[in-house]
Amino acid sequence: MKVRAQIGMVLNLDKCIGCHTCSITCKNVWTSREGVEYAWFNNVETKPGVGFPKEWENQDVWNGGWERTKKGKLQLKMGGKLRILANIFANPDLPQIDDYYEPFDFDYQHLHTAGDTKHQPVARPRSLISGKRMEKIEWGPNWEEILGTEFAKRKKDKNFDEVVQKDIYGQFEKTFMMYLPRLCEHCLNPACVAACPSGAIYKREEDGIVLIDQDKCRGWRMCVSGCPYKKIYYNWKTGKSEKCTFCYPRIEAGQPTTCSETCVGRIRYLGVLLYDADKIEAAANTPNEKDLYQAQLDLFLDPFDPEVIAAAKAEGIPENWLKAAQRSPVYMMAMEWKVALPLHPEYRTLPMVWYVPPLSPIQTAVEAGHVGMNGEIPDLKSLRIPLRYLANMLTAGDEAPVVRALERMIAMRAYKRSQNVDGIEDFEVLKQVGLTPNQVEEMYRYMALANFEDRFVIPTSARAYAENAYDLKGDCGFSFGNGCGNGESGLNLFGGDKKGVRKVIPVVMKD
Amino acid sequence: MNYIDMLLFGIYPYIASVIFFVGSALRYDREQFTWKAQSSQILDKTYFRVASVLFHVGIIMIFFGHFAGLVMPYEVWNFLGITLAQKQLIAMGVGGFFGALCFVGLTMLVWRRLFNPRVRASSSVMDTLILLLIYWQLILGILTIFVSTGHMDGYVMQDLMSWSRYLLTFRPAEAIEFMADIHWIYKAHVFWGITLFVLFPFSRLVHIWSVPVKFIGRRHQIVRRRF
Repeated sequence: MKVRAQIGMVLNLDKCIGCHTCSITCKNVWTSREGVEYAWFNNVETKPGVGFPKEWENQDVWNGGWERTKKGKLQLKMGGKLRILANIFANPDLPQIDDYYEPFDFDYQHLHTAGDTKHQPVARPRSLISGKRMEKIEWGPNWEEILGTEFAKRKKDKNFDEVVQKDIYGQFEKTFMMYLPRLCEHCLNPACVAACPSGAIYKREEDGIVLIDQDKCRGWRMCVSGCPYKKIYYNWKTGKSEKCTFCYPRIEAGQPTTCSETCVGRIRYLGVLLYDADKIEAAANTPNEKDLYQAQLDLFLDPFDPEVIAAAKAEGIPENWLKAAQRSPVYMMAMEWKVALPLHPEYRTLPMVWYVPPLSPIQTAVEAGHVGMNGEIPDLKSLRIPLRYLANMLTAGDEAPVVRALERMIAMRAYKRSQNVDGIEDFEVLKQVGLTPNQVEEMYRYMALANFEDRFVIPTSARAYAENAYDLKGDCGFSFGNGCGNGESGLNLFGGDKKGVRKVIPVVMKD
Repeated sequence: MNYIDMLLFGIYPYIASVIFFVGSALRYDREQFTWKAQSSQILDKTYFRVASVLFHVGIIMIFFGHFAGLVMPYEVWNFLGITLAQKQLIAMGVGGFFGALCFVGLTMLVWRRLFNPRVRASSSVMDTLILLLIYWQLILGILTIFVSTGHMDGYVMQDLMSWSRYLLTFRPAEAIEFMADIHWIYKAHVFWGITLFVLFPFSRLVHIWSVPVKFIGRRHQIVRRRF
């Protein structure tokens, strides 16, 4: 057993209101720069829809993630190493920027300078790449916002596979929608790392965050294709790939990521998970796709188990990390209550950002009396979001875990309602879903109340054990490649940005 | 002795190789963030694959061809039982074939760089300059094939081999003797070839140093610890 610790995330889709605050704050912090205007380390998609970039979930198109070969070997879907190298001159699986969208700005100045005209002047879009006029904006990070675009296009959503009569969901009365905020999954078996010819992408041992070494990246752009979630973006200006950093400077300081901190719906949870690194490859290579969810659960270690604690200490995982692991909301939701599920486990990357399936449309239908009851719990088969759709998204098509998660959330509501409204304890409903009253009270505290301290249990001392403070003396903070630079000189022979040119407006402190 | 020949073919190659090696090392050490292939594939994929593959395959084979023809000692050719005339024929045939592949690919890439609005707008001066220089150099190289048809005995090839051999063994004065009487097309090709080495560390060509051979033997996953 080789114990490693990772900061994982859970998103409670049941509470996501699709406000895009996470996307905007992330954008402001990380990708408001030339070259990555089109990159959204975090974006929120409305499902069903083909998403951003177009059809990212369809690996028949993009060849992302892993596959199990006929011989039972785990291999990137793009092909073996030789095939990857053979395609190094031109990557056949690379999206074009139009699959995301051509970044644009508007001619705002025209609003000021337009002459006296019959019609109100408008600010028309202009490409941020070529600087040329764009007649039409074709796509974006949330193009299908609240079921935008016609169903004929949205039904190409890969999660509709094997959903019976998917065409009826195009009818107004039958339609459904949910939000899916997406970011880098910081996988246990990242395909981007494996696909990088330069070896520039790596997973940090101390907290599991997957990062790209900007100095080592040579821009071969295989990671863009390798990542099945399409969460690596090629910066067309710097010629290097970039990705979600899980706001590692914040995590190191014990603060939640920007997207989590600013989430107004309080849907995001961050916590430590302990896992057995020796079993990663076997888990990712599980023969049956539907068993991948369980295989990943089996990787996670019980933070209360004395054997695990001893092994973790032997690996040098600090005490406060173990304490945090015991209080981890992510562990509770994924392992104890089993309400959180991985996103597309069939990609075999063992993702570490998990999702609680959305319940709200179901509950609404129950209240309206459209749905049959199965004991205390409504019959989930007749609900608005097809179970198969959620299962395709979260459990490789296995409906049972989705049913369990949804039923437990319904049971929690039913129990708390009977407790608060009717003044009785409805143990029957809990029995049906296999929860104890204590567990439900905890679920209620974590998922309904969702206090800041409960949502984010992040140990602060990651740096203290991961770095030698003496080496950091006189070091620079965050920088983009090339170490610190001395902030001098204008001329740069090698084509990099000129040093000492600040592209941000300096903060001026006033009394 | 021709002073111009001495400067261009006796001294300039040494200056160029110093800039090439020292410049590459300095850039790797000081400015590694700028060390990259700078692909623009993502901006427009139209015909990119065929263009880029033709260009790269062509130019890599041409590179190895020049290595075999210029740097490899002619004793090796003798050992293999290949006469000078045969060697010239091989050079013209193989070089012509891959030169043609490269020409088709490079023509498409040059067109793309100059006339595709997205690619053009995101190109630096050096990006365009180096591409045009390679294009010019390729055209000169293809022209040498036609010049070579005028003397199929292979002795001009031997002169060029001798020039590089004497240069590589630090005898520039003797080396330039071999350059004295050859056609100006060859001279132009050699001059611009050396110039490519001068510009190499300052352009995107540095990605050539980074052929990811280590990738083949690497484990899938990379985990870094910070202590």
